Amino acid sequence: MNYTTGEPIRDTKAPSGPIEERWDQRRFSAKLVNPANKRKLTVIVVGTGLAGGSAAATLGELGYNVKSFCYQDSPRRAHSIAAQGGINAAKNYRGDGDSIHRLFYDTVKGGDFRARESNVYRLAQVSVNIIDQAVAQGVPFAREYGGLLDTRSFGGAQVSRTFYARGQTGQQLLLGAYQALERQVAAGTVEMHTRHEMLDLVVSDGRARGVIVRDLVTGEIETHLADAVVLATGGYGNVFFLSTNAKGCNTTAIWRAHRRGAYFGNPCYTQIHPTCIPVSGEYQSKLTLMSESLRNDGRVWVPLRGGDERAPGDIPEDERDYYLERVYPSFGNLVPRDIASRAAKNVCDEGRGVGPGGLGVYLDFADAIARLGRDAVEKKYGNLFEMYERITGEDPYTRPMRIYPAVHYTMGGLWVDYDLQSTIPGLFVIGEANFSDHGANRLGASALMQGLADGYFVLPTTLGDYLAAGPFGGVDQADVQDAVSEVTGRIGRLLSVGGTRTADSYHRELGKLMWDYCGMERTEEGLRKALERIPELREEFWNNVKVPGEEEGLNQALERAGRVADFFDLAELMCLDALHRTESCGGHFRAESQTEEGEALRDDERFAYVAAWEHVTGGAPVLHKEELDYQYVTMSQRSYK
Amino acid sequence: MNLTLKVWRQNGPADGGRMVTYKVEDVSPDMSFLEMLDVLNERLTLEGDDPVAFDHDCREGICGMCGMVINGVAHGEQRATTTCQLHMRHFEDGATITIEPWRAAPFPVVKDLVVDRGSFDRIIQAGGFISVPAGSAPDAHSMPVKKEDADDAFDAATCIGCGACVAACPNGSASLFTAAKITHLGLLPQGQPERDSRVVAMVEQMDLEGFGGCTNTGECTAVCPKGIPLDAIAQMNADYLKAAR
Repeated sequence: MNYTTGEPIRDTKAPSGPIEERWDQRRFSAKLVNPANKRKLTVIVVGTGLAGGSAAATLGELGYNVKSFCYQDSPRRAHSIAAQGGINAAKNYRGDGDSIHRLFYDTVKGGDFRARESNVYRLAQVSVNIIDQAVAQGVPFAREYGGLLDTRSFGGAQVSRTFYARGQTGQQLLLGAYQALERQVAAGTVEMHTRHEMLDLVVSDGRARGVIVRDLVTGEIETHLADAVVLATGGYGNVFFLSTNAKGCNTTAIWRAHRRGAYFGNPCYTQIHPTCIPVSGEYQSKLTLMSESLRNDGRVWVPLRGGDERAPGDIPEDERDYYLERVYPSFGNLVPRDIASRAAKNVCDEGRGVGPGGLGVYLDFADAIARLGRDAVEKKYGNLFEMYERITGEDPYTRPMRIYPAVHYTMGGLWVDYDLQSTIPGLFVIGEANFSDHGANRLGASALMQGLADGYFVLPTTLGDYLAAGPFGGVDQADVQDAVSEVTGRIGRLLSVGGTRTADSYHRELGKLMWDYCGMERTEEGLRKALERIPELREEFWNNVKVPGEEEGLNQALERAGRVADFFDLAELMCLDALHRTESCGGHFRAESQTEEGEALRDDERFAYVAAWEHVTGGAPVLHKEELDYQYVTMSQRSYK
Repeated sequence: MNLTLKVWRQNGPADGGRMVTYKVEDVSPDMSFLEMLDVLNERLTLEGDDPVAFDHDCREGICGMCGMVINGVAHGEQRATTTCQLHMRHFEDGATITIEPWRAAPFPVVKDLVVDRGSFDRIIQAGGFISVPAGSAPDAHSMPVKKEDADDAFDAATCIGCGACVAACPNGSASLFTAAKITHLGLLPQGQPERDSRVVAMVEQMDLEGFGGCTNTGECTAVCPKGIPLDAIAQMNADYLKAAR
């Protein structure tokens, strides 16, 4: 697969002037829609996670007509629900030196200097409002005995700014947004469509004007039109088949939008989370995360010598290697995720891994239990320990957990400007589905922050500016028909192949290929191999997949097959992006570009840009570069030593 | 492990439905229950059969999407566990396992093991929220909350809305689900202004959906994956009596 280079992106629409004032400026310059006109404007929001749920609720509160869609049976089940550890906010309630500027700085540095300054600064500013909003909604954050909010530390930060609700912060924040959403459903401002999956975008007269969805219960293909479309459909980590994502998470909505003209930003930026439960067998259907918060009290180690078969408790202190504490003394077990993951891979590559296949490291709570007592540890992490015990059958109170890195989050996504608008006018993209705020590596507890910042605070302002020029009138029926026939054509094709392999078996094979060649460590040779193999496998898929059942009615195998088909195309673009970026940065580690100590070595001269890819039907993708300009943070080699 | 499964198959709400027997072989004890069903479905697909439809998503016990009655118990016999977190090591080699959907009139069967739980969303719509439009909140520290109250509110708020409580209840009552939300919001100072209207509206909606009444059987809390205690229902009833006076 080849590519060509197109015009660079020069204007991201961020206001100029002092960084602290940019968001205020944008809020003031954004046009307003008067209340009577809001009722005449319809907005489609796809996805009901933290970003989509909060956006739909807020737009409903403002008086727009909102149509909200999710593939689950209830908006409360979106995968934000599974986020465990917490949400960052620059409240500085601890007085430990935190500030908006420090959260901004930590996030830009954590992202290995590949995120936009203006966006990240706004995120840090808005972070404080999120906590206020959530508390007012009744989100039961952890509290101190004095009645005030408790916080904890997370990777990549030396202050305690992470607010949490035991190990279920995502659940509690999502239920807050869900309840706000259901309140608007009751108020009649939001029309909720559950068990509906978006399969294409309607673009008419150059604007995003609607979506084509499949009613997953009846199988009916429906068209919904609007004045603007918001995609909040999450990340695409399931391209690897095994990931911490929910089974239904997929790329179809953003990939279809990409094919209709929305640029895709930094598709190769993938986050591999260091603390997941290792794979136990061939049948494995997903991987389970153990919250990063565990690294506050758990110590990561492997045996000093390879091939040490003794039970962990029988290995004396001086024959253990607490490698994170050894190599990174100032951050220790709290180094950012990309660094912790690669360090785990390195010790396993050295033959010092533990558990089946040597693909695991210990996360040990013995010291914490001795120091704080079992009760205190149970209070903090009880639900995580239980989850671990259920899955592995081992008791983490008496035997160290075994963990290994797994695909967790995708920093890449559809390219958006400062207003969160894609390159298709009227198509806005929020939350994990966009590429915007995390650069090449996301810090822990920042995904919840970004999803809610986008949904509650940023989008409602910037979308208003776009809608102020609306309503946009009728939609050309030919454009609708075009999208509908594309969708029905694909469904028909999938059902008619009648081959000998299931969609899942192809998905597993694709995932393995991506993990091997576009996972924690990438090389030119491996990526070229993947780029050769993916089209072959895709070809085989379209000629040999077996999708049972019919178009009508509930057909879960058909749903999966459609998602896998899009993963093939996305996988190819990810590998191309990873191949073209010959530097290492954050979660993108090119073996050819590392420091003497084995850390990611950036090449700021050549790669300090966002790679925004344009789809060309029947041709090579076009790369548009958006140069990253740092005025407030000095780019440097990241150090957590 | 080799197992015999008796699975409820129903091709939509109009179909009568029936139990169908399947053999599954070479099941690993480390598999989750849903992974065991994945293996069955892969085989059925290749054999040209219709795979068994079941709801699932996060597969880590938090989204509340999965749920089946396993050997007569909602989510199976292991306590405080969702179906996706149940692992095959808890079954004997050679065992026969029956698998059925949630059965309750307000949860109509969509297909096989998939049911429609929209009634739960409508109960929340009736009042399961605090009315606070985005942007209108005061500083989070302007209202301290006693740690004990915050902790108890959290415990009630951990409900995942899976519906096991309804499936287990001989009356098909949604009291535990409804009470969990009422307790969560009612324990917090932010929840006080709407406390009375909330409980009345949610209880009315629960009745309207066709859920049965509570007779303190306690089956709900026994199967609840999050261990929501029966006390929540007592709290709901107390709040209701006070509000409806």
